[in-house]
Order: sequence, then structure tokens, then C-alpha cells
Amino acid sequence: MGLGFDIAHMLAGLMVLASLLLLYQDRLTALINVLRLHGFILALAVAWQAHIQSAPELFVSAAIALLVKALVIPGALDRIVERLGIHRNVETVGGIGLTMFAGMALVALSLRVMLPVTAAADPVSRQDIALALSVVLIGLLIMVTRRNALGQVAGFLSLENGIDLAAAGARGMPLVVELSVAFSVLIAFIVIGIFLFRIRERFDTIDLAALESFRGERR
Amino acid sequence: MIALIAVLGVPIAAAFMLALIAGYRLSARINGLASFLSFAGSLLLLIHRPAPNVLFLVDDLNVVFIVLNSFVGFTTSLFSAGYIGHELESGKLTAGYLRFYHAMFQLMLFGMNLALVAANIGLMWVAVELATLSTVMMVGIYRTHEAIEAAWKYFILGSVGIALALFGTILVYLAAHPVIGEAGAGMRWTTLLAHASRFDPALLDTAFVFLLIGYGTKIGLVPMHAWLPDAHAEGPTPISAVLSGLLLNVALYALLRFKILLAACPGAIAPGPLMIALGLVSTLLAALMLYRRRDIKRLFAYSSIEQMGIIVFSFGVAGPLGNLAGLLQMTMHSLTKSAIFFSVGHVAQVKGTQRIAEMGGLTESHPLLGWTLVAGVIAIAGLPPFGVFTSEFLVVSSSFSRAPLLTAFLVLGLLLSFGALLRHLGGIAFGPVRGETAPARAASAPIFAHLALVLTAGLWLPPPLVAWFRHAASLLG
Amino acid sequence: MMGAVAIEALQMAFVLLAAPGLVGIVRAVEARFLRREGPPLIQPYRQLARLLGKEVVLAHNASWLFRTAPYLILALTWVAASVVPTFSTHIVFARLGDLIVITALLGAARFVLALAGLDIGTSFGGIGASREVMFASLAEPAMLMIVVTLAITAGSTQLSSIAAFMLSPVLGLRISLALALVALVIVALAENGRIPVDNPATHLELTMVHEAMVLEYSGRHLAMIELAAALKLLLMISLIVCIFFPFGLGGTGAAGFLLGLASYAAKLGIAAVLLGIFEVSLAKMRVFRVPELLGAGLMLGLLATLLLYVSRSL
Repeated sequence: MGLGFDIAHMLAGLMVLASLLLLYQDRLTALINVLRLHGFILALAVAWQAHIQSAPELFVSAAIALLVKALVIPGALDRIVERLGIHRNVETVGGIGLTMFAGMALVALSLRVMLPVTAAADPVSRQDIALALSVVLIGLLIMVTRRNALGQVAGFLSLENGIDLAAAGARGMPLVVELSVAFSVLIAFIVIGIFLFRIRERFDTIDLAALESFRGERR
Repeated sequence: MIALIAVLGVPIAAAFMLALIAGYRLSARINGLASFLSFAGSLLLLIHRPAPNVLFLVDDLNVVFIVLNSFVGFTTSLFSAGYIGHELESGKLTAGYLRFYHAMFQLMLFGMNLALVAANIGLMWVAVELATLSTVMMVGIYRTHEAIEAAWKYFILGSVGIALALFGTILVYLAAHPVIGEAGAGMRWTTLLAHASRFDPALLDTAFVFLLIGYGTKIGLVPMHAWLPDAHAEGPTPISAVLSGLLLNVALYALLRFKILLAACPGAIAPGPLMIALGLVSTLLAALMLYRRRDIKRLFAYSSIEQMGIIVFSFGVAGPLGNLAGLLQMTMHSLTKSAIFFSVGHVAQVKGTQRIAEMGGLTESHPLLGWTLVAGVIAIAGLPPFGVFTSEFLVVSSSFSRAPLLTAFLVLGLLLSFGALLRHLGGIAFGPVRGETAPARAASAPIFAHLALVLTAGLWLPPPLVAWFRHAASLLG
Repeated sequence: MMGAVAIEALQMAFVLLAAPGLVGIVRAVEARFLRREGPPLIQPYRQLARLLGKEVVLAHNASWLFRTAPYLILALTWVAASVVPTFSTHIVFARLGDLIVITALLGAARFVLALAGLDIGTSFGGIGASREVMFASLAEPAMLMIVVTLAITAGSTQLSSIAAFMLSPVLGLRISLALALVALVIVALAENGRIPVDNPATHLELTMVHEAMVLEYSGRHLAMIELAAALKLLLMISLIVCIFFPFGLGGTGAAGFLLGLASYAAKLGIAAVLLGIFEVSLAKMRVFRVPELLGAGLMLGLLATLLLYVSRSL
């Protein structure tokens, strides 16, 4: 158990740290770089899970995570940012201190919820699921506190990364599920890309406050 | 086997084909043909069910929904042929979009059918996600400010919901794994159900909460409903019909499967109270929101939220009668709501606007459209002799015996929505004529077909159908 | 027993004498990296000697606190530096070498210094004191989170037990400790007023924190305060080294003792060089950004504690 557990724990903890780092960013290029880091750590975590679970098919999953989430998607985001030619700051809702504190509270909450519930499960899966839930919740927090469409996309992608971590941690989860999840993330991302261009084209900005005024029946 | 190929293979093949065909008439015809073939396939499934295997499962619970799905898909494709043609002519859509539209339409039908026949909870999730993604693109197809905002909101909320549902699915797998062990079987319904009594209750509870929130977002339960009104109002009407009539049902079906699982595990919490609470809140809030709507599609979107609230409430109350009522209501709502959206689509095209204030006296200016709309609204408001009355009556009577106070609130919601719908109907269908009076070229066959079915169901339910519903209701526990 | 007392005395003398040397090494490294000749390594000693020979000039309204503060500060910091196990864990005050005691001693020293800065009533003293306390209000919680993390991991807040735990094979690889290390480095930078928190080399009004509080001091008082500042730097480095890099510590017998001494001296030297390089590569942060840095330290400490709950020790 020892070293295997420790490294799995370290990688999952680094993912939570990367999520918190993502929460802190207010510049688009930095945000995309942290997303790259997030995807890279995910790939490492999944690869390590493949090693300790002796499940070679997870290596495929890790390779996909590396390729898609650490290289392709952030690269595409970079190009989108360039072509959109938008202002590089991301406004946040609420102060940075409060947001970080909320992030930590979510980590504590997810540990509080998941640890007792998974008491009977295998320790590695247990800590993976608990920390994966924190990553998911922090991803949600990022989506809620960002007013820029790209910031919301970053939150969404980190949320998906968290779920990928949970799936990898669940021992013996069939590969077909993970592959389809990865595939759906890719498709979702293509949808996002198309949307960002449409939003930009229509609104001349990707600040969501501009979209808000067309919500519901305001006119 | 052939039936499954028809139900699944035809839509996906058609999607690829339609992505390549440029001409509008041809693609509309192929769309209709493909939908008809899958409908025929689903009827075949009724007669001869394939044995459950590792990927697909057809049992009493999903067979009716598969038929319903394919039927409404077929009628919607007929409606869409005429509707989109008109949109092309009026310039709201260009030809380039149509390839995309038809391909996405078939892709969405594929996704929904796959979700219904999936034997594996992971596969079901993937299929629901696929269906969601294809509808997202279609909601934003008009590219107005409002449409893009609606599509973005739908996408974000839908994706978050679906991600939470996936987390719940993983937790279910985690609960099952110590008991079942082997990899692939750990996600099959039949295996899960067989061993459910030995799952860890606490883990299953947590999983259900995530699944309820996740799939509940796609069902449109309050407070996760924010995407629904805008998505219905801003997308093309065939999409509103499909969203209301089909996608909500598919998401609810997914939730019901998990509810069965939870019911089979003795230590787990009863899912009833949660579902009752969410259902009741949805009904009441949506009923109240109906009063001040100014856009006709948004009005019926809130009506969908309300109906889904009633259905979830009924499943929450459970018991054989409650489940039966819920299943019946799902079917009736599907048929009625899509019929309403068909007529609303034509009305909006004819009047050139979706604002209620700018429409009036429909029964005078366009009698056919007007009277079918009247019939549809009367049906959805829950008046006899339509089928919705039967199912709502069953809901109220079954829940009254178990939870009289809550039923009182439900009835309050029903009355509120009744009043609002009739009030708006009065303004739209009767009274002085407002808006354009050019004649409409409406494809009324789909509307008539649906309303006829609902009317028949209100008067006489065929015994085999009742037997199926009863059996499915007993599965739901 | 006699051996322990002797080692303790040796440690007290060593830290007092080595502190200015440490500062000298840091300055020399910085100068070299900036392509200057820089002052000779013994310059801080010369500076202290010079100050001791000068007359003390007091303001008219200086109170008894102003006059006694330097002695108090030096005493508190010297005690704290003496109880951290540096080259041996067999010092007589080993039980005092407790993280909470050290935090308390440093906090008391900071308190006295802030009061002394306010004593004369000049605006610079006021600015310095208020900034110092503001940084402390974030650095202290961060320090406490680090203490909690270490306490939960090692099972005790005593430095000798922590060092022993860190040397044992039970340790394994723990991310909480890595996070705690980063947080401790941030806290150390804040406590000592190094770049990026404060510039120790400047006397520009806008950037001073520590220098602002001691602006009024002269003569032997200033010498004591400077020595205390150098001691604090040595203390924080010793703390980091003792907790996270305790190699060579805990040996018994003459050979073990010499090994401990040599490794400690080497670690101090390496730390001084690293600090010099670090200071040269960064710019000082604006004052209102420092709470963000300290907040990050606090968050890291908090995360380290939380992650312990999913690690295998619990």
C-alpha cells in the first residue's frame, strides 16, 4: 500500500491545489496555462492509477487525458483567445479572498461528505473520490464566480477533469465509459468553441453581463 | 435484432447521410423516412423483444417509451418539414444550416433511443449527453442575441447537470463494486438490480442525491430549471416540441431506473420525500409563473415544468397507483405538449411573432389552427375528456390516500395553472383579431394524430396498454 | 546532563555569533549576482562593533519602553533561537523547543517592536507598526496551520520529536508536508521582512516595514535590534532545516555531534546562498499585495491540513 497510496494521494492533492490555483487566476493566458497544468496532473494521476490497479487500459485513458486535456483543448483555447481578440482580464464576482475561502470550505465539505460514506471502500478509491469531488465543486465555484464566458469554460473543463479522476479512482471502471466521457468532453469543447465565436460575433464581447440583459422577458 | 437496428442504426446512419445532403426537400424527406423507419422498428420491439445482452435491454419499463419516442420523433419530423420550409422562405434560416439541423435532429433521436435501450448505466449517461449536446446546437441556430444567450445557458446548466449525474453514476458503481466485483457487469442494470440489497446504503444515498440533482436539471425541476424557458422560446419550434415531449421524459426515465435501484436496497433512504418536495415546488412555482408570461412558447415551457413537477411528485408518492399515474401522465404530456408546440409553431409563423399580446382571435382568423390550439390547451389544462385529465385524476387520488396535505398543495398548483392557461387561451384564441391574418399552410396531420390519441386515451385505455403500465409500475416499487 | 548543558551553551553562543555572518553571506551572494564587489563577509560584525561604540540619542518623549525594547527583543529572539534543535537534539531545553513556544516568543518580540515603533509618535513608526501587525495577522494563522499539519503528522509539536519522525522510514511521501514547507517559506519571508514582502536593504519611506519601526534607534540599541533581526533570520532558517531537512541531526557520541555540527553549518550556508539568489530574482510586492501572498500561505497550510484527512495517517 504505502508508496502507491502516497503517490496517488499526492497527485490527487496536486489536482485540488491546481483547481484552487485556477480559482485564483484573473488573466486569461494564466488561466489557460493552469488548465494545461490541471490536465497534465490528471494524466499523471490516471497513469499512476493504471499502474497500481494493474489495469493497462487506463494507460489509454491517461494518454487521452494528456493529449486532449493538456494539449489540444488549452491550445485551441489559446487560439480562440487570439482570434477573438478580447480583453485579457477576467472579472470575478466577489473578492478573491472570499472566493478562495469558499474554495477551501468546499474542499472541507466534500471530505466531510465523502469520507464517512465511503468507509467500506478501498482506501485509494476513497481518497480519490473525496478529492475528485472537491475538484468538481471547485470547478462549479469557478463557473459561478466568473463573468467571462472563457472563465466559465475553464471551470467546466476542470469539473470534467475532476470526474475523470473519480472514474479512474473507481477500481475496475470499464474503459468504454472513460473513453466515451473523454469523447463527450471533446465534443462539448467543439460546441463551446463554436459558441464563443457566435457570442463574440453577436455581442462583441464575451463578458456574460452583456448576455444577461437578453435573459428571459426583460423587454 | 432487426428492430434494434432500425431503432438505433437508422437514426445514426441518417445523421451521417443528412450531414452531406444539401437540398432542403430531399433532406426533409429523408428525415421523415428515417424517423418512420425507427418508429416501425420500435413497433417491432413491442412484438418481439430481443434478449437482454451486455449493451441493450428492452423490458416493460422502457418499451412504451421507445415507441412513444419514435412516434413523436416521426410526427415532429413531419411537422418540421413544413415548418422549416417556411422558415427558409421567410429568411430566418439559410440553406447551409439545414444540413446541420437535420443531421442534429437524427443524432438527437439516436441519442434518446440509445438512452432508452441502454443496459449499462454508463452507456445511458453517454447517450443522454449526446442528445443534450445535439439539442444545444439547435437551440442557438437562429443566432439572435436571445438565442445565443438561451443556448449558452442551456449548455452550461445542462453540462453541469450531466456532470453531476456522471458523478452519481460513478458512486453507484463504487457501491456495487465490492458486492459484484467484476468490471463490466458492475454497470449493467440487471446485475445491479439483482445485488442491490447488498449495496452500501450510505453510498447509494449520496449517489442518488447527485443523480437527482444531475438528471433533475435535465428534467427541469426547480431550482435547476433556469435553462428550460429560454431554450424552448428561442429554439426552432420542432426542437421545443422534442425537448418538452421527449428529452424531459428520457431524463426522467434515467432517474426512475435509479429509483428502482434505491428501492431495492433496504437500508437506503426513501427517495420519495425528496422527489415529492422537488415535484411540488416545481409545480407551484411554474403554475405561478404562468400568469405573467408574454411569450407564447415560454408560457408552454413553464407548463412543461409544471407537468414534470406533477409527474415527479407522483413517482415520489409511489405505490402501484402512483407509479401508474406517473407513467400515464408522462405519455399523455408527451403527446399533448408536442401537439401544442406544433400548433404554436404554426401560429407563431402565421402571426410573425411569439408575443401573446400581438396575437388574438385565432379561431376567427385561422379556424383550424385556433381550434386545435384550443383543444390542446384544454387537454394540457387537465379537462376531460382528454387523457391528461385521467392521469391527473389518478395522481391526485393516489396521493390523497397517502399524503392529503401535500395533495392539497398539488391541487392548488393544478388549479392555478388551469386558470392561467385558460386566461391566456382566451386572449389568444378568442376576442378581437390581432396580428397578421394571412392564411396558414399548416401540416395539421401530426397535431390531429396526437390529439386523437390523447382523446382516445381519455375515453378508453386499451387493456394491453394498461397491463404494460401496471407491470412497469410494479417494477418501480 | 553536563553534556546537554554544554551543548546548549555552545548552541547559544553559536547562534549569536553566526547570525551576523549569515546576513553577511546573503548580502555577498546578492552583490555577486548583481555583478558588484559587495561588502566583505565580516561587514555585519564591523557594523555591530561600530554601533556599539556610538552614543545613544533618544527623543525627548521616549518612554522606558523605548529604552528597554531592544533588550527585550534580543532576549526573546535569542531564547527562541537557542531552543530549536540545530546540530543536536540533546540540548537541555529540548522540551522548550516546541513550535507553539517559538511562535509565542516571536509574537512577543514582534509585539514589543511594534510598540517601540509607536512610542515616539512619528508617522514612520506608525506606518511600520501598522504594516507589521497587518502582515502578522495573516502570517500567524498560516504558521498555526503549519503547526497543526506537522502536529497531526508527527504526533507532537516538539521539534525534536518532529525531527525524529521525519528521519524515520515511516514517513513515506506526503504532499501535506510539501505544502506545509511552501507555506513555511512564505511565512518565513514575511516574518523576516525579506523580498518580496519588505526590502531589508532600503530606507525608502514607502517600502519600509521593519526599518520604519526602528528608524529612531541609534547606538547600542540599534546594534541589539539588528542582531535580533539577524537572529530571527537564523531562527527561521534553522526551523525549516530542523523540520524538513533534519539529516545529520540526532546523532549520538562525538562523531554524531561533529556530523550534526558540520551538516548544520552546511545547511545554513546553502540556505543563505539560496535566499540571496531568491531575493535577487524577485521584485518586492506592493504593500497591498502582500496579504494576497500571505493569504496564499494560509490557504496552503489549510489545504495541507485538509489533505491529511484523506492520507493514510487517519
